[in-house]
Formats: sequence, C-alpha cells, structure tokens
Amino acid sequence: MNIQKIRNDFPILKRKINGKLLAYLDNAATSQKPKQVIDMLSHYYSKHNANVHRGIHTLSVEATEELELARKKVADFVGVSDPSEIVFVRNATEAINLVAYAWGRLNIEKGDEIVLTVAEHHSNFVVWQQLAMENGAVLKIVPIDENGEVDQEAFKEALTKKTKLVTFCHVSNVLGTINPVEKLVSIVKGQWSNVIILIDGAQAVPHVPVDIPRIGCDFYVFTGHKMLGPTGIGVLWGKREILEEMPPFLFGGEMISKVRLDNSTWNELPWKFEAGTPNIAGAIGLGAAVDYLSKIGMENVRAHEIELTEYAISRLSGIQDIRILGQKDSKKRGGVISFNVGNIHAHDVASILDSEGIAIRSGHHCAQPLMEFLGISSAARASSYVYNNFEEIDRLVEGVMKVKKTFKINSKHEIHV
Amino acid sequence: MDIYREEILEHWQNPQNYGVISHADLVVNQINPLCGDEVTFYFKISRVSHPRGVKAHPGGVPAKGKSAMIRDVSFTGSGCAISTASASILSEEIRGKSVESVGKLTGQDVLSLIGGPVAPARLKCAFLALEAIRKLKVEN
Ligand SMILES: Cc1ncc(COP(=O)(O)O)c(C=O)c1O
Repeated sequence: MNIQKIRNDFPILKRKINGKLLAYLDNAATSQKPKQVIDMLSHYYSKHNANVHRGIHTLSVEATEELELARKKVADFVGVSDPSEIVFVRNATEAINLVAYAWGRLNIEKGDEIVLTVAEHHSNFVVWQQLAMENGAVLKIVPIDENGEVDQEAFKEALTKKTKLVTFCHVSNVLGTINPVEKLVSIVKGQWSNVIILIDGAQAVPHVPVDIPRIGCDFYVFTGHKMLGPTGIGVLWGKREILEEMPPFLFGGEMISKVRLDNSTWNELPWKFEAGTPNIAGAIGLGAAVDYLSKIGMENVRAHEIELTEYAISRLSGIQDIRILGQKDSKKRGGVISFNVGNIHAHDVASILDSEGIAIRSGHHCAQPLMEFLGISSAARASSYVYNNFEEIDRLVEGVMKVKKTFKINSKHEIHV
Repeated sequence: MDIYREEILEHWQNPQNYGVISHADLVVNQINPLCGDEVTFYFKISRVSHPRGVKAHPGGVPAKGKSAMIRDVSFTGSGCAISTASASILSEEIRGKSVESVGKLTGQDVLSLIGGPVAPARLKCAFLALEAIRKLKVEN
C-alpha cells in the first residue's frame, strides 16, 4: 500500500497549521476527505442535481438512480445483500435515536431492562438513559476489564428474562478496544433469542472489515463522516422483519404510500424511514467514499492501522510519565490511542501539539461514564487513519516531549491535586 | 505557545487561594462545557458602611444597605493550566474588592491579568473562573 499516493488524494493534508505541515490525528472525531469524494459532490451538484423519487424529468431520474446506487454500494460494503435494509439518516446518533423512538418506545416497558456497557459514546448512552427514565425501564451498565474489554462474566450476569435490548460499541472511541461482537451476540442470543441487539459501529466500519449479517445483531449503525464521507449522512441497518414492523420515526413527504384526509399508509423500506428530501449529495458522497475504501481494500486499511498503532504505542510508551489507556496489543485494538502525560491536562497537551501542527482531541470524548469509571477527568487522544504515516507518529512523540519540556515535567516537582 | 509562560505554570503548580473555606457565605460553581471540568469558588462577604471603614462582619447575613466586600476567597477544582492559573490570578485580584466592582470584570480584564493571548479554542478555559465569579450576587 503506497501511503504517499493515498496522501496525495487528500488536499487538506497539504495545509500548514501554525507554520507546520498538518499532522491530522483526530480521525476518531472525523476523517478527512479524498478528492474523489469532494469531486463527486461537485459532480453531482454540477451535473445531476434534482429532487429524488417520483420525478419524471431526466435529472430527477438520474439523481434517484445515483442515490439508490449509493445505497447499494454501502450495503455491499458491509455485507448486506438487501439494500432496502440500509436506511440513510444524518449520522450514527440519529440512527440510534430512530431505533429508540420507533422500536424502543413500543417495545420497552416499565421494568424491562436495557443492557449496555460503560464504554458507550454519549450517543449510545444518553438515548437509552432517557428512554429508561421515560418508560420506567432499567438501565444495566456492564463494566470493562483492565484491557478495556467488556467484562463477559458481568455481561452474562446482566442478562435476564426482563432484558429487551442489549447494545455495545464495536470499537471504542476512547480505548480503541475492538469488542468480540460475534461472541457477545452469541452469548445473548444463545440464551435469550428474543432480545434485540444494537451495535454502534461508528468507529468500526471506517477501520476494519465489517460483515454485518455475520455478526448476528438486529441493528447496526455507522456514520459517513468518519469513513472519508461527507458530514450529515449516516446509516441505520436493521433486519427487514424488524424494520417492517416498526412505525415511522418522522412523518412527511417521501415516506408515505398514500395520504387520505383521515389516514395515511407508509412507503416501503427503506423510504418509510426517510421522511423529507434526503441528503442526496451526502449519500452519493458516501458511495464515493466506500468506493475509495474498497479500492484500497479494508484488509489493507486494517493492516496499515495495526502497523501504525504498534509503532505509536511502542514509541509513546517509551516516554516517561505517559499513561496509555486500554489494550496494548495492536492486533486487538483500533487506531485510537488515548493517553495522559503526568498531571498535565489534556487540553494543554492538545494546545501545545496544535502549535506544532498536530491535531489531536482532548477532553472526555463524549464518554463521561467511561471517564468516571476510569477515574480520570480527561484524556488526550490521537487517532490515525489510512493516510497517516510513521513520520507523523514521530512528530506526535516529539510534540509530547515538547509538552513535557514546557511543563518541566522531568523536574520531579510535586504538582497540586 | 506563548500562554505557557513561567508565571502561568507557577500558578498551575502552586495555585493561590486553593482550598475550601468551611464557613463560606457564598459558594458558586461553574462547569466548562468543553471538557466537563469544574471550578468552585468560596467567598466570605463583609459589609462596609463607608469606603475606608473596612470592618469584618461577625458572621451571618451582613446588614442591609451597606456595600458588600469580598473579605476572603478560595477555589477548588481540577482543570487545565489555563483555567487553574486564571482562577488563581483572579482570586488574588478580587480579594478585598467590592462585589459590585467584581461584577464588572470583563473577559478582556481576565486576558490582561493572565497576560494572554489565548487561542480561541481555549477562551472557555480562560474564562471559566470569571463565569463562576459572575454568579456572585449579594442581595441588597
Ligand atoms: C463510538 C461512537 N458512536 C457514535 C458516535 C456518534 O457519531 P455521530 O456524531 O456521527 O452521530 C461517535 C462519534 O463521535 C462514536 O465515536
């Protein structure tokens, strides 16, 4: 895999930040976009733009075809044979909310239990917390072990005959842990085949080969902007029979079959869940992103991630006073590396790295329950993608050395609290 | 990063007025939405009848009709260097000042006190203490 050739596809990587070449290591927040995706958006708006569905004129037919072709590409990318199970939404957050509103509010009642892990992103935590508060359901939070992996004993114990929904992330956005999703699904379904399982794949689909049907879950969500696609386009996958039974989430145009004065009937899947004019360009852009990733090959994307992560962890752990969170074995984790340097606050680490042109994230990473569980208030997070190279990891390491130097962390000072 | 000067790092390592005032008259608290970091300020308030006659109130609610003064102040909370230094410097600045004048402190004042400039992304950190102090209200 020729990383330099890939880098040349990403115009933003030529940018200078504070006089230094950008080293973009905030990919867990959002990825950069290759010119193939950027050009596709421009091509769509220049050549095919029209509203989709039911249009008779040529442009409308073209736009509809392009949108549905994108759906087919996305379905293929995650091993789904029936594109009508792919619902386009705004992002992973909206996909989870859609399930909570359309499925959760009908199926989760007082006393029912929702099982999730302490490592969930707020979008897969607050949604269920609020539903539980509203319906009087019980939220059961499964802890993780020292490697950041779901505690399987606790997971088994949390399951009871009252469990209605089990949800967990495929890859953690803080610890990078790759959860053994097939194993977790079989633990649930082996004993309680009626329990519905939702997997948050926001950090997985961009980085590892994902074959959704093989996992055996009922819902799987992901988000386009973290996988080279545009913002504002995400995906909900659901098993056809479950999606068919679910009522619509939003009402309006596109999602109806027939509207009478006193009642309406709903369109077929997936359009039943796509009320209003969809993000046509976004979906087409996501289709281009998926093409780009497929051309490289997700196996290669993952292999590069393992190499970079291994290098980064070995170099970073050589620095005194650095604490890396989670799993050390790069084969068992994604390219997300969260760390703290001495007592220095993550924001200060990020500010100093920014002065060197290095973009990382700092804070609680929308996972406050996890931060509380780990007993920290914040962490710095460097996360790589297919265009990152070893040189950028070297710069990250040098940047961290500069942080230590600025804060005189070697001088054995006792620092307050 | 110019902001990480000796003085700022000194305040970060040895924040002034750090700790709890156990019988504080007023306690205010502010969360930084950026990171969830929190700062809590504790105040002892006195009433003075005329500008030079600073007289500590023997406790309880200060008498009405007199201007309120910050007799003692402290803060707690764990934050970044910028928010900690700004809280520390502000606490020194406002001790002995009237509540009214403290209410008029601006973001610009804070930046000059900490010797800015602060990158736009970090203004919330620099202003965390100010936002807390602005909640200080003394009934007249
Ligand atoms: C694990 C995980 N789940 C969900 C999300 C939410 O994605 P979005 O903001 O695109 O809805 C994110 C993104 O930050 C994430 O990392």
